[in-house]
Formats: sequence, C-alpha cells, structure tokens
Amino acid sequence: MIRVLKPGLLTSVQDLGRYGYQKYGVIASGVMDQLAHRLANILVGNQENEATLEITLLGPVIQFEKDALIAICGGDLSPTIDGIPIKMWRPIYIKKGALLSFGQAANGARSYLAVAGGFDIPEVMDSKSTYLRANIGGYQGRALRSGDLIPFDPLGKFSQQKLEFLCGKAGSELFTEMDWSVSSDLIPLHRRDPSIRVIRGRQFDLFSEESKTNIFNEAFFVTPQSDRMGYRLTGAFLQLKKPAEMVSEAVSFGTIQVPSEGNPIILLADRQTTGGYPKIGQIATVDLPLIAQAKPGDHIRFKEISHEDAQTLYLERERIINKLRQGILLKFK
Amino acid sequence: MVYSFQPLGDNAIMIELGKDIHIQTQQKVQFIASILDNHTKDWMIEYIPAFTTVTLFYDPFKIMRHAKKGELPYNYVRSWLESFLTGVAVENKITQRMIEIPVCYGGELGPDLEFVARHNNLSEDEVIQLHSAGDYLVYMIGFAPGFPYIGGMSEKIATPRKETPRLKIPPRSVGIAGKQTGVYPIETPGGWQLIGRTPLELFRPEKHPPTLLRPGDRIRFYPISYEEYLELGGDKE
Repeated sequence: MIRVLKPGLLTSVQDLGRYGYQKYGVIASGVMDQLAHRLANILVGNQENEATLEITLLGPVIQFEKDALIAICGGDLSPTIDGIPIKMWRPIYIKKGALLSFGQAANGARSYLAVAGGFDIPEVMDSKSTYLRANIGGYQGRALRSGDLIPFDPLGKFSQQKLEFLCGKAGSELFTEMDWSVSSDLIPLHRRDPSIRVIRGRQFDLFSEESKTNIFNEAFFVTPQSDRMGYRLTGAFLQLKKPAEMVSEAVSFGTIQVPSEGNPIILLADRQTTGGYPKIGQIATVDLPLIAQAKPGDHIRFKEISHEDAQTLYLERERIINKLRQGILLKFK
Repeated sequence: MVYSFQPLGDNAIMIELGKDIHIQTQQKVQFIASILDNHTKDWMIEYIPAFTTVTLFYDPFKIMRHAKKGELPYNYVRSWLESFLTGVAVENKITQRMIEIPVCYGGELGPDLEFVARHNNLSEDEVIQLHSAGDYLVYMIGFAPGFPYIGGMSEKIATPRKETPRLKIPPRSVGIAGKQTGVYPIETPGGWQLIGRTPLELFRPEKHPPTLLRPGDRIRFYPISYEEYLELGGDKE
C-alpha cells in the first residue's frame, strides 16, 4: 500500500488508455508520455499496460507502507527518498516507511511511478485509467488527494527475484538503486524548444500557402490553457484558403487541428473521440513523448516528416524497446 | 462501393465513404463497422465510426509478423481492407433498432420550451407534437460518452443556440441547437435550448455496451407526464 501525504498539482492513476470504447464516445484517457510509462513498467517487471502514477509539474509526497520495487521515468521532478536525491530510469528497492517526495520540475513536465506488481484498483471498461472529467476509472475516478491509500498487488515471481537480490544489498539503508538503467539513447532530452516531427494532416492542402509555410517555419508557444486534453498554441495564425464546411471525423493522439480563429491545438490523452476542425498535421508517434513533457511557455518547432518515415521510425523504436525488455529479463535469470 | 483511404498519423487509416451527411453514407459506415466487428485481428486496436468515415487504429509493430518483408504497415492494412471491399455492395439487411425515448417536456426540466415555441410562432404543445412526431436516425456517437448526433428533426422547430451557454446542462436533457436535436448523457457545459428531460440513462459505464444508443439506431421520442417521469426513475435534480 502507498499512502499519499501530499497530492502534488495533479497526480492520477493511468495506464496505456481505454481502447475499444471510443466508438461509444468514451475518450481514451491514459498516460501522456507512453514511452516513460512503458519503460517504468518494464524496469520493475510489470506488463507495459499496468497502471502507473502520472505526476504533473509539482510532485506529491508518498509513504510506502510495505517494501516495494519501483521505477521513476519521464520528466525530472527532482525525486528524493527521505531527502536523498534518487536516480531515475532504473529499478529502486524502497523499504517500508520510507518517504518518496517529488519537488520542482527540473526537466520536462510529467513523471511516471511504477510499482512492481501494479496498483490494485478495479478496471472500468477494461482500463485503470482515470477519466477525470467524467469521474470514471483510476482511483475513485479522480486525481489523488492527501490521505488516499492505494494498494499494490503482490509481486510477480520475476519481481520477487529482483527484490530478494536487492534486499541482500540494502542493509540498513532505506533504499537501494540498481547499478544499471535504461540506456541513454532511449531517454529523450526534454528541451524548452523541442523540434517535433509532423506528418501532413488530411486537410493540409485546404490551408493557405502562407499557413502551409508557417506551420513548419515558425515557433509556436505552449499557452497556459493547456492540459491533458490538448495544448493550445499561439504563433503564426493559420488559415484556410477559403472557409470549408467539415463534418466531424475521428481525431487521434497528436492531431494538430486549427479552429477558425487560427491558433492550432494539439490533441492529447484526454481528447474527444471526434472533431470537426481541419487537421493541418499529425505528430509522429516517436515524438509524442517530447510533446507530453512540454509545458506552458515552451516553444515548439514543427518539422515535416513523411508518413512512411514516421512508420519506419515507429518500428525502429519498438525494436529497441523489445530488446531492452529481453535484456532486463536476462539480467534476472 | 466508392471509398478512399488516407492515413491518420502513423497508426491509423481513415476510410472515407462520402462527403456529406447522408443516410446511405451512414449505412456504408455501419457496413464497414460490421466487417471490422466480424474479422478482428491481433493488430487491430479499435475503430471510430463517424458521419462519412471509419477510422481504424492498428498496432504497426504487430503487423510486422504478418506483412511481407519491407512492406509498410499502412500498406498491409490498406490491402487487407481492399480485399474485403472490392466489388462489395452494401447489403440492405443491416438491422436497425428502434429505440423509444420518453421525454418529460417543458416545466423545470425543459426551461427553454417556451422560447423555442415563441421563436417559431408555435404553441408549446405544437413544439412537443412536432418533436415527438419525428422519425430520427443516430448518425454517430461522439463529443461525449454516448452523445448521439441525431438527424431528422422538423425544421419548423429549429432554434439557434443560446447566446450565453449554460455552465452546466443536467444529464439526460433533451435539447435543440439549430436544426439538430440531441440528448446529453453526462453533465457538460453547452448552448442548447433545453426542451425536456428523459428518465433513461444514455451512458452506463458498468454495462456493455456502455451506451443506450448506437450509430444506425432509429429513435422516437414520446411525451410523458412529470409523474411518469418520476415513476420511470427520473430525478428532480
């Protein structure tokens, strides 16, 4: 069990999303940074879809009520255990009673905490993700508050081995960090001016020549009106050649749509299932973690990528994650 | 059947079946949905049907097990879909359900009924009569869980949205916006003119499927009294 002593700005239970229900109008929800979430789970021997805590900008304080194997990936929110800074992107054995605290965002915006065995909360429509607006799923359908107690499952066999291995080393310390981590080429660098690769959207050619040039040449700022549903950007105004009537159609994680007032919106984890604004672009999946870690004030530049290259990069990334998963399994054989 | 394909990002394909909102296009959308329901594959994630399109989300990495060496996952999915769609005519035997929705019109549950009547130079009873006489079709579900986009309302009761949207529209409210009518499944802000409320739950996350209405359903609204509304489980809130 973990006990939430301070909830932080916005901490919620999320997995890879509620899929299969978008046709009923139920939004997908799920983590913003899928890469960090998956790696955190892999590091503690969980299935990649197991729920993690998504911790936003200002971190919570969490007490462990029993020994656990954890991993923290994603944005660097200055995690400490009983005041001692700890390393991210690796398994950490934490003892009963220890306090895990997160501070200010040193880099990125969202951190993911995975616990070996996974959080023991009921699934709603096949997912543990919190759908904040409808109060569905996750921990009582809401963001975490002080005093919440979240149980985690008994450890799987694989994690039990790791825990015993680490316990031997821990001695009287409150925690022990593994001496290996995710290789640095899988860890994204979160800059305040990320370059994001974008495929042309379905309505790209309906935009004016100026807008088609500006989308790939101008910087766009992330405004404070940005959340898990979408990031509202400002920069060059983007306009259609002539007004067009559009009927609603599916949107997706990373769709860049442009309402008639001309400021683009990037749709994210809590997006609606369908939308009626023209799509100027779609962010390549491999670059979604960079967007998930962007925060208000950051300026983004979009760089065009072909659909074919985006799929090739997608497959390459998956092969690397697959290798990592197998490598971690071998370490504990 | 005429259709075209386009990618939506690097993990989805959009099948376009028409340009405008039309009953025949809706039937094509339903036809594709039924093909996908009956031929699930390990690489399929889910699909989203809309007015003129069906979008299929897939897992490019899982497709690699099926695709030829060097074949792009998108091209694999497109070929797979084409093999089903080439030379196929939409069957007319798509089963349509008729869903009857009881509505308590007017009063506190339908505070804008009077405005809708005045705007169209009708009496409140005439508005109720016209609204409940319509033969409606659910074109798609979107915007909110279980929210139906409904076609078929009489233009005689068309009314523009409110100038200032309400911050909270109670769930199960029946409203009019322009030439559209709809029912709100969950509490949301909105500018619709509210003419009544149904005791039926349109979104029930604990059930499968979690929504009362599905694309392709026919709908009939029928008026009930406030007492009947309460008897059927409607709340006063």
